[in-house]
Amino acid sequence: MDVFGIIVAALFANNFVLSQFLGICPFLGVSKKTNSALGMGLAVTAVMVITCVVTYPIYVFVLMPLGIEYLNIIVFILVIASLVQILEMVLKKFSPGLYSSLGIYLPLVTTNCAILGIAKVVTATAVDMDSAHFVFKNVIFGKFVQFGMQMSLGEAVFSGLFYGLGFTLAIVLLSGLRQKVDKLNIAKPLRGFPITMITACFMAMAFYIFSLMA
Amino acid sequence: MFKDKLKNIALDGTVRQNPTFRLVLGTCPTLALTSMALDSLVMGIAVTFVLICSNVIISLLRNIIPDRVRIPCFIVIIATFVTIVCMFMEAVLPALYESIGMFLSLIVVNCIILGRAESYASHNPVGYSALDGLFMGLGFTVSITLMGIVREILGKGSLFGAELWSFKIGFFASSAGAFLTYGLFIAIFNVCYNAVDRKLKHKHAVKETDAHAEAVAEAQAEAAVTAKEAE
Repeated sequence: MDVFGIIVAALFANNFVLSQFLGICPFLGVSKKTNSALGMGLAVTAVMVITCVVTYPIYVFVLMPLGIEYLNIIVFILVIASLVQILEMVLKKFSPGLYSSLGIYLPLVTTNCAILGIAKVVTATAVDMDSAHFVFKNVIFGKFVQFGMQMSLGEAVFSGLFYGLGFTLAIVLLSGLRQKVDKLNIAKPLRGFPITMITACFMAMAFYIFSLMA
Repeated sequence: MFKDKLKNIALDGTVRQNPTFRLVLGTCPTLALTSMALDSLVMGIAVTFVLICSNVIISLLRNIIPDRVRIPCFIVIIATFVTIVCMFMEAVLPALYESIGMFLSLIVVNCIILGRAESYASHNPVGYSALDGLFMGLGFTVSITLMGIVREILGKGSLFGAELWSFKIGFFASSAGAFLTYGLFIAIFNVCYNAVDRKLKHKHAVKETDAHAEAVAEAQAEAAVTAKEAE
């Protein structure tokens, strides 16, 4: 397992938000304050890890043997939605403190494309690359092939963790920058979303350097 | 009545509540697929199809789906149509499917579709819901394709895959360029929207003052007449 490769790719080079454009909605919506950004990031990370743990076996041991891979979208979204629900209940019962800080972000996580994205990524790399009905050579897959691997469950969970942390890193950094930018006197049409996009643009440039390294 | 409502739905979908530039929803495909105009056009059409179909079905079932489990129901309905689109694209346009397949399946979690289901289709009749889906999808398609055209011309020196010239600015094809282009597009759209809005309001106000002046003049004339009669 190429640990260093996965970490650099997940945190910087293939950062889910800034280079793959997954999970942009919370990235823009929940990044006004650093605290809420951190909460959102951690909620996404937790759900991402659990999603990898659950969807990978479902795909490999249930959908593939039955030959119903084409149902993966419906199955994944239902699994993710119920996982988030269960996680919410468990947190409420056993850790009310954590629930009150993360709880409000958890329902939002269900409709976060980063979560469904990681499920698709880890399962796409789980199947045989030459398999006729699942040639999945999109950008993300291409970048995984670069590391020359098909993922095992362990690697899938590990990369899920670090993609989640990469998301957290990006959203927390953006929230810090936004607090500084908010104090400036910005031209009226650029206030709000446009200036946030331009801030994100500079962050994407900085993160892009790492993809030259990999 | 119908005409007014149609006009309202059309204006809401394409301009007043333009999902890309006014509401800033469904941002992931907007950023990811606009480096090529063709990708964005196909994505727009796919989203429009899913939006119309899911709006129609949800509107038909709006009295049957219990309120407490409506979100999972909506998601399953949407996921079904997304699966249909994915399978169709894989069979008909395999080359294109390879480049945008990931984001096609992510239409499931696109906030535009769930948003319209929740806020419009779940309490409006079928016909209006279908129209709402059509115009929202149209607004999305036009905006995303416009961005695709600009980014492709600047970043790749081509348009819909046909090369125009060899001059290109690689920055606009990169991920940073996507954020910058989107930000500037929102800013420009808002400036135009506010300018037009102000002008319309101004026109309205002028009309009103005209009407007011006329009324005053009439009243004065009447007063003069009654004064004369009194004399």
